[in-house]
Amino acid sequence: MATALAKSADAGSGTSVEYAARIEHVSKSFAGPAGQQLVLDDITLDVRPGEFVTLLGASGCGKSTLLNLVAGLDEPSAGGISTDGRPALMFQEHALFPWLTAGKNIELALRLRGLPKAERRGRAEELLELVRLKGAYGKRVHELSGGMRQRVALARALAQDSRLLLMDEPFAALDAITRDVLHDELTRIWRETNLSVLFVTHNVREAVRLAERVVLLSSRPGRIAREWTVGIPQPRRIEDTEVAELSVEITEQLRGEIRRHGQH
Amino acid sequence: MASTETSLVKEDGGAPAGKDGGGDLAGLEAGLDALETTAQTRRTPFRRTFMEKVFPPVVAVALVLVVWQVLVWAEVTDSYKLPAPSAVWDEVQEAWLQGTLLEYIWTSVSRGLLGFLMALVIGTPLGLLVARVKFVRAAIGPILSGLQSLPSVAWVPPAVLWLGLNDSMMYAVILLGAVPSIANGLVSGVDQVPPLFLRAGRTLGATGLRGTWHIVVPAALPGYLAGLKQGWAFSWRSLMAAEIIASSPDLGIGLGQLLENGRTANSMPMVFLAILLILIVGIAIDLLIFSPLERWVLRSRGLLVKS
Repeated sequence: MATALAKSADAGSGTSVEYAARIEHVSKSFAGPAGQQLVLDDITLDVRPGEFVTLLGASGCGKSTLLNLVAGLDEPSAGGISTDGRPALMFQEHALFPWLTAGKNIELALRLRGLPKAERRGRAEELLELVRLKGAYGKRVHELSGGMRQRVALARALAQDSRLLLMDEPFAALDAITRDVLHDELTRIWRETNLSVLFVTHNVREAVRLAERVVLLSSRPGRIAREWTVGIPQPRRIEDTEVAELSVEITEQLRGEIRRHGQH
Repeated sequence: MASTETSLVKEDGGAPAGKDGGGDLAGLEAGLDALETTAQTRRTPFRRTFMEKVFPPVVAVALVLVVWQVLVWAEVTDSYKLPAPSAVWDEVQEAWLQGTLLEYIWTSVSRGLLGFLMALVIGTPLGLLVARVKFVRAAIGPILSGLQSLPSVAWVPPAVLWLGLNDSMMYAVILLGAVPSIANGLVSGVDQVPPLFLRAGRTLGATGLRGTWHIVVPAALPGYLAGLKQGWAFSWRSLMAAEIIASSPDLGIGLGQLLENGRTANSMPMVFLAILLILIVGIAIDLLIFSPLERWVLRSRGLLVKS
């Protein structure tokens, strides 16, 4: 309830907020075989407008759970989350609807946010052009490659016109070259659109390549272990030495977090 | 394919590699897209379709006719029990010349299709309700799947008592046979909708009725179509059962009555003719309506792979 109230208050006041997402003392537990299991423990995190934050953690750290909470797909057990409008969400799987063409997938998002019919086609074409898929409007999902599908999914997420884009390991299933290209694309689009991004990944280099701020979560329960501000100027490349150096440092810390679990 | 690859390699080699220029990225991306997109499959030529789809069943039918004729020649049983193919063919010709052949077929087909359409109109909202409303599912879900296994012949006696010997009774039997299978098809279609689509729909703002209309219904379409196909089979069967049992002069002669008339007249050719027509109509409706519909839906989603 607290979440819902906070959200409606934001929408109602219409004043500009100083955050794209505010996560305050959020905990989440699920009913497991051994009673209640705490997955997220007292997470407090702000994403500023226009900021690119990556949430990094080993499997089981609850990073996807946190993203679902921010997306409003689930309710926190304690604490509150407020966002500046309804966030867009991109999944690891493209989640495009196979009964619609690429263009119509985007138009459905436009329609659901209430854009008049006459403007939808043009806006969908613009978004496809933004992800460099100009000719893909009439293509069926199965006719597109993995990388193209994720770009259409990105265009569909952008069609929601949210100020916050949540991404749940969206490039994890792609091959290395395609992923690299999509990193470049995402960085370009983020800089062009002044969007805030909360990006979940278990890939340290990817986190450093993309983010202004990397937040490391510990596992079981997920807590914020440490944060890094990444000062390396964009555009970066995944093979840059600065990226590599910071990645080594973060990986050390991540390994430490994982090692602690073996000692119980 | 080989030529496409070499030309792309040349293009990539020509551009300065490793730099972060926008043009370079666009080129790299275009190359990846071209490499990873599979070529469109072309339509199979008519000759091949004919050899793969039409020829085999024709052979099978011819074989059955040959075996039939051989059995008749061998006089394995009395001729009134097993008429010659030619005797059945004479029956067909006679019915055709009298103009009654199409009348038999039309009487039954029009009843069957109208009944099926009514079942569609009732079964679809019912299926949606059972699939989406927990209470309704708990209340009538098991009854609905139970009804599906009840032979619809069982409904003929009560339908005759309730409604009398008329067309309404036929439609009642069809509805009781087809509505459960259409509703159940939709329910299982909805149950098989990947949860990812529902979550994606919710983040796009498709909740409640909008979610049902934009996400659940189209996602459940393949299962729904399978249900419709089965629903038609059930409609046709129920109708035949009703026509055989409940024949009356004012009902007109459908295929079921033709079969029953053949039995009372002790005319095996007429019985064979009726069975043949019932079979042909069932296959024809499936081939002309449901199979193309199903193939179209599956193909547009990339679920039908051409071998």
